[in-house]
Amino acid sequence: MRFVDEYRNAELASTLATKIAEITDPDRHYKIMEVCGGHTHTIYKHGIEDYLPANVELVHGPGCPVCVIPMGRVDDGIALAERDDVIFTCFGDMMRVPGSSGSLLDAKARGADVRFVYSPLDALKVARDNPDKQVVFFAIGFETTAPSTALTLMRAKAEGLANFSVFCNHVTIVPPVKAILDSPDLRLDGFLGPGHVSTVIGCRPYEFVARSYGKPVVVAGFEPLDILQAIYQVMVQLAEGRCEVENQYTRAVRYEGNVEALKAMERTFELRPYFEWRGLGFISQSALKLNDSYADFDAELRFEVPGIRVADPKACQCGEVLKGVIKPYECKVFGTACTPETPIGTCMVSPEGACAAYYNYGRFSRERVKVEV
Amino acid sequence: MEDIEQRVLERIEHDRKRRPKFMDERITMAHGAGGKASRQLVEGIFVPKLANPALEALSDGAVVPLDGTRVVVTTDSFVVKPLKFPGGSIGELAINGTVNDLAVSGAQPLAVTAAFILEEGLEAAIVKAEAAAMARAARAAGVEVVAGDTKVVERTKCDGMYITTTGIGAVVTKQILSPAACRPGDKVLVSGYIGDHGTAIMLTRGELDLVSDLQSDTAPLWELARALIESAGEHLRCMRDPTRGGVATVLNELALAADVGIVVAEEHVPVRPEVQGAYEILGIDPLHMANEGKLIAVVGAQAADAALEALRQTPGGEHAALVGEVRAEPPGRVLVKATFGGHRIIDMLVGDPLPRIC
Repeated sequence: MRFVDEYRNAELASTLATKIAEITDPDRHYKIMEVCGGHTHTIYKHGIEDYLPANVELVHGPGCPVCVIPMGRVDDGIALAERDDVIFTCFGDMMRVPGSSGSLLDAKARGADVRFVYSPLDALKVARDNPDKQVVFFAIGFETTAPSTALTLMRAKAEGLANFSVFCNHVTIVPPVKAILDSPDLRLDGFLGPGHVSTVIGCRPYEFVARSYGKPVVVAGFEPLDILQAIYQVMVQLAEGRCEVENQYTRAVRYEGNVEALKAMERTFELRPYFEWRGLGFISQSALKLNDSYADFDAELRFEVPGIRVADPKACQCGEVLKGVIKPYECKVFGTACTPETPIGTCMVSPEGACAAYYNYGRFSRERVKVEV
Repeated sequence: MEDIEQRVLERIEHDRKRRPKFMDERITMAHGAGGKASRQLVEGIFVPKLANPALEALSDGAVVPLDGTRVVVTTDSFVVKPLKFPGGSIGELAINGTVNDLAVSGAQPLAVTAAFILEEGLEAAIVKAEAAAMARAARAAGVEVVAGDTKVVERTKCDGMYITTTGIGAVVTKQILSPAACRPGDKVLVSGYIGDHGTAIMLTRGELDLVSDLQSDTAPLWELARALIESAGEHLRCMRDPTRGGVATVLNELALAADVGIVVAEEHVPVRPEVQGAYEILGIDPLHMANEGKLIAVVGAQAADAALEALRQTPGGEHAALVGEVRAEPPGRVLVKATFGGHRIIDMLVGDPLPRIC
């Protein structure tokens, strides 16, 4: 397939792998975090770790937008979905994320009208088609999806759609990265910067990572060659003792980001003073809510939501796994109370979370299997 | 590897091979998607309650000995929205689904029965059209619908029409086709493009605003099965019909049942560009998408070329391919060698295939 195959060329991958191996210090252990869940997906799908030296480890970061939503917020979403007058719309993979008593899929099984949409604009269409119902959109995601929610809100306002509202759980990427960097037991050497988020916010917001924390950041695209090249760029910086923000994903990311998208967000959202992240706890100024001029569309104001905080289970050590302090199997509940079928923490929720991946693939992740068919 | 890691990994492997328990409080859509949750439903509730050897084999059809003939019995329900979709309709699906379960059991279809649940208010023209579609499909598959039943339920109690079909057939192979017969070195064949049906249905529902002229692949498989039986002879180990849960779920079931590893070379798996494109956009793997007219076969290496050629010479098998191999390691697992060069483990479908946000 054009524009896809070019970025999956195995020969080029081998060349990059050789170059990475050449600059890898065999006596050093490298930990590079890919911040974005989309990167983790690519890494697993294409087996990118097969191309890396054994002492170069990829750590899966907090950038899976569905996994970071805490249980209390999922419970609030379910409470909205279970109202008789509500059609609750959300992205497909959000439906599986567990709250304190089940997921949206379970709520659907109990009779709630929960529908998955591919874009918030689809939710708007549901609202137009069902004027006698209240249609709530479960807005999640980083700066990648926030602009599309912003545009949807602007359109809803322009159309005067009174039966549409947004349950806003948009989060921002920089605060959790900073939280991880501030951790005293941090063991990371560098970062692959999130590609889609950066198409919106650009590269400048990561400059503090290099300047104040001395860690290289390379913003990467989502095809396997993008990721290998970005890893190579991080390794080159480490070998040369540099730490800078570099942009591997130049075909999509401008250094200053997408100014129009940022403007749309500014018109509709404001920062929450703090927000809870599954596995990471409360992080200040890390999430967005609808601002005063869009308050009419705020589902949290239009309806009563329980708003009860549900603490992450005490035994859950997702925070430490995310920071690279412990390995998944060192967590006390890993594989017993916490499994992919009954996940407790963020790292087990998504199939690409560090724990779910280890649970499913742990034994084989670093084994080379020669295949001739 | 550290001791603690070893212990944890052993526990996971042990748990994975245990018969799944049914722990949920209610039935969710995931239990109907053909993946892990469906397995929990069947193996956690029905198999233990109805326990008997034919059922416990958990194959597409049960083999019942009868006066020296091995008779296969199979049953399947069809619930599909919309009733008519590009490339087929529920009536055609209901015949093909059941005769295909017979075919992959190595049995020539002999007769089919059909039960209909109809919704109050359903247009008679739709019932007539589906009856005609069943007749056409039955003719094409060389069977007759010899008995039936009809029930009507109140408006909104079903999506227009549900059909359950039961089929019987006579086994024509000398050997017993079974996953247990698979052994390292065997080859895995697939009869054509995968993922067409699941993708076509998903796009037809229109929820995703993607448009394509992709058609369901619904078709009878007996001629392809017969071509394999005749060309591979005693080297044919087993055949499967990768419907819900797709090729990946079926291969995982085979790997678990035979305690072998299966390696699939992604670049050899036939996938249409439209299906690949939907995959790129939605993040759903074609290996997890449903098929209604494809078969997977495991054959001994010595017969693989002849079997592949025979498939390709049979109508409907033009795009057949050798996609993988059975290995001793890793037991119970399916590995995919990505075109890019790396490897990934592919598991059974977990839940319904849902589009990803990231």
